[in-house]
Amino acid sequence: MTRHIRRAGLFCALLLVALLVNAARVQVLRADAYEGNPANRRAAIARYQQPRGDILVAGRPVTGSRDTGEHLRYERTYDDGPLYAPVTGFASQEYGSTLLEHSEDALLSGADPALAPLPLWNDFTRSRNAGGDVVTTIDPAAQRAAYEGLRSRKGAVAAVDPSTGRILALVSVPSYDPGLLSGNGRTAREAWARLNADPDKPMLNRAVQRTYPPGSTFKVVTAAAALDAGVVTDLDEPTDSPDPYRLPGTTTRLTNGSRGCADASVREAFTHSCNTVFAKLGVETGVADMTAMAQAFGFNDADVRVPFLVARSTFDTTVDRAQLALASIGQYNTRATPLQMAMVAAAVASGGQVREPYLVERTTRAGGGTVSTTGPRSVRRAMHPSTALRMRELMRGVVENGTGTNAAIPGAVVGGKTGTAQHGLGNSGTPYAWFVSWAQGHEDMEAKVAVAVVVEDAAANRGEISGGGTAAPIARAVMEAVLDS
Amino acid sequence: MSKAGITLATADPPTPTVRLPGRRGIELTLIVLAVLLSVYGYCAVGLARNGSLPPGAAGYGAGLGVLALVAHLAVRWRAPHADPLPLPIGVLLNGLGLVLIYRLDLETPGDPAAPTQLIWSTLGVALFTVVVLVLRDHRALQRHTLVCAAAALVLLTAPILFPAVNGARIWIRVAGFSIQPGEFAKVLLAVFFAAYLAANRSALTYSGRRVWGMQLPTGRVLGPIVAVWLVSVGVLVLERDLGTSLLFFGLFVVLLYVATGRTGWIAVGLLLASLGAVAVGRLESHVHHRIETWLHPFASIEAGEGPNQLAQSLFAFAEGGVHGTGLGLGHSVLIGFAVKSDFILATAGEELGLAGLSAIFLLYGLLVERGYRAGLSLRDPFGRLLAVGLASLLALQVFVIAGGVTGLIPLTGMAMPFLAQGGSSVVTNWTIVALLVRLSDSARRQGDGGAVR
Repeated sequence: MTRHIRRAGLFCALLLVALLVNAARVQVLRADAYEGNPANRRAAIARYQQPRGDILVAGRPVTGSRDTGEHLRYERTYDDGPLYAPVTGFASQEYGSTLLEHSEDALLSGADPALAPLPLWNDFTRSRNAGGDVVTTIDPAAQRAAYEGLRSRKGAVAAVDPSTGRILALVSVPSYDPGLLSGNGRTAREAWARLNADPDKPMLNRAVQRTYPPGSTFKVVTAAAALDAGVVTDLDEPTDSPDPYRLPGTTTRLTNGSRGCADASVREAFTHSCNTVFAKLGVETGVADMTAMAQAFGFNDADVRVPFLVARSTFDTTVDRAQLALASIGQYNTRATPLQMAMVAAAVASGGQVREPYLVERTTRAGGGTVSTTGPRSVRRAMHPSTALRMRELMRGVVENGTGTNAAIPGAVVGGKTGTAQHGLGNSGTPYAWFVSWAQGHEDMEAKVAVAVVVEDAAANRGEISGGGTAAPIARAVMEAVLDS
Repeated sequence: MSKAGITLATADPPTPTVRLPGRRGIELTLIVLAVLLSVYGYCAVGLARNGSLPPGAAGYGAGLGVLALVAHLAVRWRAPHADPLPLPIGVLLNGLGLVLIYRLDLETPGDPAAPTQLIWSTLGVALFTVVVLVLRDHRALQRHTLVCAAAALVLLTAPILFPAVNGARIWIRVAGFSIQPGEFAKVLLAVFFAAYLAANRSALTYSGRRVWGMQLPTGRVLGPIVAVWLVSVGVLVLERDLGTSLLFFGLFVVLLYVATGRTGWIAVGLLLASLGAVAVGRLESHVHHRIETWLHPFASIEAGEGPNQLAQSLFAFAEGGVHGTGLGLGHSVLIGFAVKSDFILATAGEELGLAGLSAIFLLYGLLVERGYRAGLSLRDPFGRLLAVGLASLLALQVFVIAGGVTGLIPLTGMAMPFLAQGGSSVVTNWTIVALLVRLSDSARRQGDGGAVR
C-alpha cells in the first residue's frame, strides 16, 4: 500500500506542477498579449485614474478634468469648448481623441516616459506620472475675434506669426462642444451620433483638415513665381494680355469680374484681381517654376504637422497649358487649407521666408518644469527678398486702393488679397469668399500677423460675393486683435 | 559502504523510549506568523485604498488570533503529537481569504460578504475544535460507515427539493444563509470510501475473475461501493454541479488504486471518465458551452459580446505579472459575478502576482503533503486511506478550480478551499484539517509504538 500511496502522492505533485507552470504561462508568457487585448479595460481604467493634463492658452487652461467617481474616473471638461475645439479636439473615453488631445495624448495622460523623474522609474514602481500640460501658441484675442467674426457663417480662419510660424488663431465654424463627447454614457453616444449626422460637419476642423480652391488668393503665388522667374520685371509695364483670354489649345474664353483688365500692368491686375492677366502669366512662367514656387510655400507636402497632421494642399504638376492657366488663378486642381494660405501671406510679409507653422509652444510637467520646447522650426526661402518686397507692395495696393479696402487698419501697414472661388458641378455652388493678408504696426520692425479667412456661404446673392466684402472684415478683426496685444 | 552499514548498525541506538518532543511550540509560532501576515494584508488593503489603516484591523487580528489560539489549545490538549503544519496553513489561507473578500467588498459596497464569511470561519474553527476534542481516535469513524453513506446521500439529494440558483441545484437557503450540503457530503463520502475499501481490500484485490490480464473483483464486493458512487454522481449531474462530480470520481479512483494497488482501476477509471465526459459534453448544452469557452476564451470578444468571465479572469492574472499590483490595487472586480467565490484566485493572482499565487499553491501542496505523510506513517488501512482520501480531496479540488480559472482545464464551479466565499466550504475544509490533525497525531503515536495498536 505504501508504494501506491507514494504514487498517488506523486500524482498530486504533478497536478501542483501543472498549476504552477500554467500560472507562469498566463501571468508571464502570455501576459503582454492579455494586457494588450482591446477588451481588457485595465489600460483604460489606469488611463482615466488621474486627471488629464491641461491645454493652455495664454497661460490659462482651456481644459479641465471632472471626477465622476465611476470606473473610468476622470472625464475631460472644456472652457469655451466650441471656441477652442479646432485646437484641442476632443478626448473621449469612448471615441478616442483628436487634434492636440490626440497628438499630445502621451504627455497629457501621463504615459510619456519623458515625464518620469528617472529612466525606467515607472516600470519599477508600476506608477504613472501626473499628466503634463501643453502650452499653445494661440492668441486668445485673435482666436475670439476670428470666432466672433465667423459666428453665424460657415468657414475657417488661420492666423500665424510670420516671423516664427507660431499659430495665433485656428477657428472653424460651425463648431461643437468637445466636452459632450468626454464621457462614456448615453450623453456622449447621443452627441456622437448627432455630430456625425450633422450635414455641416461641426467636428471637421476646416482650418487645417479641409482644402478649398483658393481662387484669386493664389495669384500671390503666381505673381511671386512670375517675378522670381523674371517673366515680369516691371510691375507697372503693360502685360500685353487680352480680355477675354482664350485658354491655350482650347476655345474656352476666360473673362474677368472687373473692367480694365485688358493689357493691364501686374500692379493693376493684382489690385483689381484680373483673372486673364494671371492665367496668362502662369502659362508664361511655366509649370516647372509655378510648381517650384507653390511647393516652396508648402503645397503638395503631405506631412505638415503642427503637431497634428494638416491636410495636403495641392498644386497639380501634370497639367497642360490650359489647365495651368486655370490652376494659376486658384481653380482646376489647385486646393489649399486656410492654414496654407496664411503661410503664403506670412512668407510675403517676412521677406520670402517660409516657416513651418506650429501650435505647441512647449510642454511642461504638472509641476511646471519644461519637458520640451518647440521654438521656431525650419526656415526655407520661397522667393528672393526683392520679390518679397515687390509682393508686399502689390498686397498693400489691394488694401489701399483695390478689392481689399475693408481690411485697412489705421496706424498699421496691411497687405492683402481677396479671392472668390468657384466650385461645385459647373461652378454651381455658392462661391467661397477668401481673404489672405498680413499686418505690421507702424512701430513694429516686422509683420506681426498673417491671416487667411475663408467663408463658405458668403452671401445668398451670388452677385455680391467677394472676399473683400465678407472675408476681409474678419481678417481685419483678427489682425487688430494681434496688433493690439 | 559495508563499513558505513556496520557503523550504522552498531551505532543504532535502542528503540527510543523517550517521548518524542511535541511540536506545539512550532505550531504556535507559525500560527502567530499566519495571523500577523493576514493582519498585514488587511492593513495593506486599507492603506492602498484609503491611505489609512482600516478601522477594524485590530478587531480582525484579535478575532483571527483568538480563533487560532482556541484551535491550537484544543490540539495541544487532545492531539499533542499532531503535525504542527496543517493548523497554521489553515489559519493563513482562511485569513488571506478573508482579506481578499474584504478587499472585494470595497468594490461592491452594496453586497458585503466578509462579515458572513467571518461568522462561517468561526463556525469552521469551532467545528475543528469539536472534532479534535471529541474524536479521540479516528477509527471510531469506521464504525459508522453506513451512517456516513446514508448521510452523504441525504445531503446530496436535499437541494433537489430547493429552487435552482444560477443554474445549479446545490444550495439550500435557510434564514438568509446559503448552505451547500454537497460540501459536507465530501467528507462523509471520503470516510465511507476509506472504511469500505479498508474492510474489503483483500476481497477486491484477490478474488474475482481474471479478464485480459486484469483481476476483476466479484460483484458482491464491488456492488455497494459502485452503487453509492453511481447514485452520488448521478445526483450531481442532475444538480448540474459537475465540478463536485469530477471531484468524487477522482477521489473514488485514487482510493481504489491505493487500496487495491491495481493499475487496472486507473485504466477503468480514465475510460469511464472520458466516456462520461463525452456523453455529458454532448448531452448537456451548458457543459458543451464550458468546453467551448475553455478552448476559445476570447471568442465572445471576437463576436462583439465583450469578454466573458474566463477572459476577464485571464486578464486579471496577466495584469498581476510576477509581483502583482499590490493588495487593493487590482481590477479583478471586472470579472463580475462569482468574483468572491469561484474566481477568488484571480484577485490573488492579480494583486499578489505569480509570486503570491505560487506561494498559495505551495501552501495547498504542503497541506496535501502533510496528509499523505500522515497516511504513510499510519499503520491501520482505514487511517491510511482516510488520510490519503482527504488530502487527495483537497488536491483535486484545488486543481479543478485553480485550473479552471487559469484556463488549464474547462471551468467548473467550485470553491477554492479556505479562500473562497462560501460558508459550507470553509466549515468542511476546517473539518478536513481537523481530521488530518487527528490522523497525524495517531500516526505519531502509532509510530511511537505507543498505546494505539
